[in-house]
Amino acid sequence: MNTRGLRSQLKDSVPVAGLCPQGAYGVQDSLRSGFTSVKNELLPSHPLELSEKNFMLNQDKMNFSSLRNIQGLHAPLKLQMEYRAARQIQRLPFLQSSNLALDTLRGNDESIGFEDILNDPTQSEMMGEPHMMVEYKLGLM
Amino acid sequence: MATLIVNQPPVGGFSFDHCKRNAYLLGEANKVGSSLPTARKTGTTICGIVFKDGVILGADTRATEGMVVADKNCSKIHHISSNIYCCGAGTAADTEMTTQIISSNLELHALSTGRVPRVATANRMLKQMLFRYQGHIGAALVLGGVDCNGPHLYSIYPHGSTDKLPYVTMGSGSLAAMAVFEDRYKPDMEEEDAKRLVRDAIAAGIFNDLGSGSNIDLCVITKGNLDYIRPHEEANKKGVRTGDYKYKRGTTGVLSKVVTPLNLEVVEESVLTMDTS
Repeated sequence: MNTRGLRSQLKDSVPVAGLCPQGAYGVQDSLRSGFTSVKNELLPSHPLELSEKNFMLNQDKMNFSSLRNIQGLHAPLKLQMEYRAARQIQRLPFLQSSNLALDTLRGNDESIGFEDILNDPTQSEMMGEPHMMVEYKLGLM
Repeated sequence: MATLIVNQPPVGGFSFDHCKRNAYLLGEANKVGSSLPTARKTGTTICGIVFKDGVILGADTRATEGMVVADKNCSKIHHISSNIYCCGAGTAADTEMTTQIISSNLELHALSTGRVPRVATANRMLKQMLFRYQGHIGAALVLGGVDCNGPHLYSIYPHGSTDKLPYVTMGSGSLAAMAVFEDRYKPDMEEEDAKRLVRDAIAAGIFNDLGSGSNIDLCVITKGNLDYIRPHEEANKKGVRTGDYKYKRGTTGVLSKVVTPLNLEVVEESVLTMDTS
């Protein structure tokens, strides 16, 4: 599941995206994320929150850098191209996509983790408003 | 309301939305003097030993919830695969879920490779998952099994460190059990001797540690054979009542008897029908 190269950890630093606001221009998007307070943005509510949010990203970065060290630049380049292509196979934004191609590429189709058991997105009680979500995706908002 | 999640795709896994609220509630509760309900722990004695032909795992059967015994006969030896079993100490839900997830993953892995799963694979999967959650998943495990390379025994701590040893103990009664092991363990023991040693170690944990109690479960794993002995021994039998507060007929002597018949006459008889409309 995890592959680590010998010196890859030393070479590339892995920047972790923090809790900075998600809206355009770096300002809090009150329409989309609700009201905010400085205290909420400064500290994560749980020590694991940041590391869990970026877990997949960090795993990928680690794997790609070790793959680059072992096999050369072409290997991660080709893989990332495939990932990009697989990520584009999606349903409309307010519907849940299966991400089957992406899962197969990553190897997640052969493993079960907490993301499959807890908080299943297909069972979530909230749904995005269809019109707004499509407009947001198309960049009209 | 619905617009709140326009830009964030919903993801599965742990959700930390309520952590700040819970911390606030805990502060409020502590101010008043009460406390929030605690998770059920297993406060345990678990141990494992490698003998001549395989591995023996032993566990007690008490689950505590604070100072109260929540389950007098819970099963702490979990199935990971047909040749690998795992005892769990710590938070009961964490050990249960973790072993189930790893069991599923190991099954998928075995189907993918087409081989009997190895104990080292299960160990690595557990260690990587527990390290990812930095010890917040409170599961201390003793993993044992027999695969193509022979018998193996690992102990796995909640933060993700593992040890491969010939005999291990975990849980609140681990010191008592380890004392018995250190005294009498010999490499390459026979099965009966090894079973007796594990039984004595768990009994030491049961009788000397408040968090462990009730019965002793054993699991003997050898190449091609599995013996799940539950219970191996009922170390603490619930007591039988010695006395009874019911009195027999004739306990009190009858001195005299007077019978007075009541002669009643039927004066009036009326029938009321039920209102079923």
